[in-house]
Amino acid sequence: MSWEVVIGLEIHAQLTTKSKIFSGASTEYGAAPNSQACPIDAGMPGMLPVLNQAVLGKSIMLGLALESELGMRSVFDRKNYFYPDSPKGYQTTQMDFPIVGQGKLEIELEDGTKKVIGVTRAHLEEDAGKSVHGIVPGQTGIDLNRSGTALLEIVSDPDMASAKEAVAYAKKMHELVMYLGICDGNMQEGSFRVDSNVSVRRPGEPLGTRAELKNINSFKFIEKAIEIEIERQIEVIESGGQVVQETRLYDSEKDITRSMRTKEEANDYRYFPCPDLLPVIITEADVQAVRDVMPELPDAKRIRFVSEFGLSDYDAAVLTGSRAMAEFFEKVVALTEAKDPKLCANWMTSGFSGAINRDGLTIEESPVSAEMLAGMIKRIIDNSISGKIAKQVFEAMWQGEGTADEIIESKGLKQITDTGAIEALVDEVLANNPSQVEAYKAGQEKMLGYFVGQIMKSSGGQANPGQVNQMLKAKLK
Amino acid sequence: MHNLTIKQMSEKLRSGEITSVQLTQHFLDRIDQYDGELNAFVTVTPELAISMAEEADKKIAAGEAELLTGIPVAHKDIFCTDGVKTSCSSKMLDNFIAPYDAHVVTQLKKVGMPILGKTNMDEFAMGSSSESSYYGPTKNPWDHRAVPGGSSGGAAAVIAAGLAPLATGTDTGGSIRQPAAFCGITGIKPTYGSVSRFGIIAYASSFDQAGPMTRSAEESAWLLNAMAGFDERDSTSTEGARPDYASELNNSLKGLKIGVPAEYFGEGLDADVEKAVKAAIAEVEKLGAEVVEVHLPNKELAVPSYYVLAPAEASTNLSRFDGVRFGYRCDQPTDLEDLYKRSRSEGFGEEVKRRIMVGAYALSAGYYDAYYLKAQKLRRMVRDDFTTAFESCDVIMGPVAPSTAFNIGEKSDDQVSMYLSDLYTIPVNLAGLPAISVPAGFANERPVGLHIIGSYFSEAKLLNIGHQFQQVTDWHKQVPAHYQ
Repeated sequence: MSWEVVIGLEIHAQLTTKSKIFSGASTEYGAAPNSQACPIDAGMPGMLPVLNQAVLGKSIMLGLALESELGMRSVFDRKNYFYPDSPKGYQTTQMDFPIVGQGKLEIELEDGTKKVIGVTRAHLEEDAGKSVHGIVPGQTGIDLNRSGTALLEIVSDPDMASAKEAVAYAKKMHELVMYLGICDGNMQEGSFRVDSNVSVRRPGEPLGTRAELKNINSFKFIEKAIEIEIERQIEVIESGGQVVQETRLYDSEKDITRSMRTKEEANDYRYFPCPDLLPVIITEADVQAVRDVMPELPDAKRIRFVSEFGLSDYDAAVLTGSRAMAEFFEKVVALTEAKDPKLCANWMTSGFSGAINRDGLTIEESPVSAEMLAGMIKRIIDNSISGKIAKQVFEAMWQGEGTADEIIESKGLKQITDTGAIEALVDEVLANNPSQVEAYKAGQEKMLGYFVGQIMKSSGGQANPGQVNQMLKAKLK
Repeated sequence: MHNLTIKQMSEKLRSGEITSVQLTQHFLDRIDQYDGELNAFVTVTPELAISMAEEADKKIAAGEAELLTGIPVAHKDIFCTDGVKTSCSSKMLDNFIAPYDAHVVTQLKKVGMPILGKTNMDEFAMGSSSESSYYGPTKNPWDHRAVPGGSSGGAAAVIAAGLAPLATGTDTGGSIRQPAAFCGITGIKPTYGSVSRFGIIAYASSFDQAGPMTRSAEESAWLLNAMAGFDERDSTSTEGARPDYASELNNSLKGLKIGVPAEYFGEGLDADVEKAVKAAIAEVEKLGAEVVEVHLPNKELAVPSYYVLAPAEASTNLSRFDGVRFGYRCDQPTDLEDLYKRSRSEGFGEEVKRRIMVGAYALSAGYYDAYYLKAQKLRRMVRDDFTTAFESCDVIMGPVAPSTAFNIGEKSDDQVSMYLSDLYTIPVNLAGLPAISVPAGFANERPVGLHIIGSYFSEAKLLNIGHQFQQVTDWHKQVPAHYQ
């Protein structure tokens, strides 16, 4: 009998605010422990939270992107529990009235099929601090730098039926929040954290008991962990056991998941509305203000790239893979006056992306700017250089040797378009290859390619191939 | 010097007849002399007081003095005070030196009011007698056998005994008005949101409100002017400028409609207290006011609602006292759970633990609807009662408390009877309204307070009524013989 897999994801996206959600302390990553925790973050007596208004626009933006119902009146609640890295003894979060309600996100699987995943809600909350072990032997230290950092917890419906779907959804959400500029997406620093709720059931039966997989910081491992967890649950049930509702951790070295809590505690969080904060009211004008500055979404951009620039679906997908990439491309197209967007796309997806990946750089770190790449493409378009020479020019630009024009000039790479010079090259090659000329005239037309190759070689690749072709045909008539 | 009015002190300071240092030293000397028997202060800060007085004298000399510049003040030990122990009268915070000032403290520092010290209170403001203080009970200056009321009992006692000319308090369920009544002084709880809660150690956030405790209504108006103001650090602080609370002091009371609810004069009210309060209302009538009958039918719901909601908020407000970052930590904890359990059970007193337990229970799964949500509904009903009543009157008058000050130890074993001593004050906090207590005579040789409740932001009107009443009575000028 077959098994059905049910997966729902909870994603914690750290919002790109300069200060914390309820205090003015900085959110910069990597500072000395407790250097970025003010009395409010430390839960000192008499301290009160004040909402950082910057989180509202970012939340609304996600809500619009997911076509969600917005929480025009949302309420902060206290979630009560004791833990050393939770300085107030409660987390301020949103329970009954989240800022973003039901929405959806369309994902595309590897085989090209599309599926709509429901997004139950997204709510604002504060992050906890960190317990630090090992600095003082036998004791635990508390670092409150992260305490109070603004998070948007995005909760999906249990709509995913495989590890692949779950990862496709997580990646799509990751791409989206970065596109919107509301989260930097850095998984290593914990800015984008994915918790997976996994359960299995026989088709038609009610939902099975779920296990939650936490703290996995790469898409690859999320996929593996879910797959292993599915196998484990099926094995447990098939051998007559029962799945326990618990949090499990993925051990990537042993490739297993294991229970995180030894003793199951039924926590009663005693949620209730936080009396220190007023309900958050969003007006239509607030929503419109966000709409006005909202960047074009990846899917819309993809469709536009195909229709406006005549790109293939594949190229459009690659170029919209990140907002930085798409913006770089559009800049290059604009700077080349949109004379050959396909040529720009080819350079972006091959030469440029190749160099970026080879050197492990981000687009922002690229030594070749959009202006420089456009400068080179202009020279291809106006026939100053061939595509082949362009590769040489690009590499020199990458190495910091200057702009395309400077390199073409200093290295003498300008394409030979002078008819006289080309004629001399053609004559020379034909003179040196009498037997091949004979063969061509006898009907072996493929010899033409041989002559072109010889001529290009003797010109150091600088002869204009179109002109060479034309002249050869004329001479061999 | 301690029996001068604030106006007289202010005039003498500005004319150069006395200095702030002399005035401050005079009160420090009186604290030295009398606080041993009263136990009204948790901390006295003579060095801070004198250095602030010196600064105030410079300000006065430079002609930059405001009305209250140079006049010393005592802060309830619930207001965080930079560099000074701020204990909330709890063992939990016995070692806590605040690294910042509460907004109220900042405001009064700006005016140049020397800080004499921090006054005793019920632990974490939970109580009506100041007996739950870790530092022992404060005594009532009128009768050392009696409590001064609570939770701002220390503040009321220092004003009554002339150990400070002005004091600050906080009122969550009556904690300014009831001790003011018990000690024969004037105290006003402003509309919720008028005074910033920043730096006030929270008991029940949706009720807590700070206010002045003084001898006269006029003096309360001046001190409230200095304390109130919008503060962006408190999300519940009302935006916009505050009115001049002293601007209506001299208005006539002609045509004022006083609502007197029958429900405030029923069973449980001491007959002599009732007599004094009714006489006081008659006095106000003589000034041109008119009495109308109003009803507050849901008065009985107020105490039960409050004793669910306030503990619910308190139970989580006090979670931060966990022995991890500040405050009391138990000796030699064996593990994290032991650290939490022992630090909290050893650091908190009985009444605080009782309210944390009650509050946690009211919020717990399965009981939330029956207790917390129900209590919120009752809170709205109590508030609606006032809205209806204010359609037919300008202010409501009645007793502050059902009796005069009870004896130390008399109610400490009977919580319900203690809770019921706030049955007239609690409804006002549920509704977030302003209310004042003004001295209105004596019953059984202990002071009685007249309670005047107003609609939202009507502080200036309440102070006006109090002031006009004090123009024709001298209850507020009475001083216990021992502290003349």
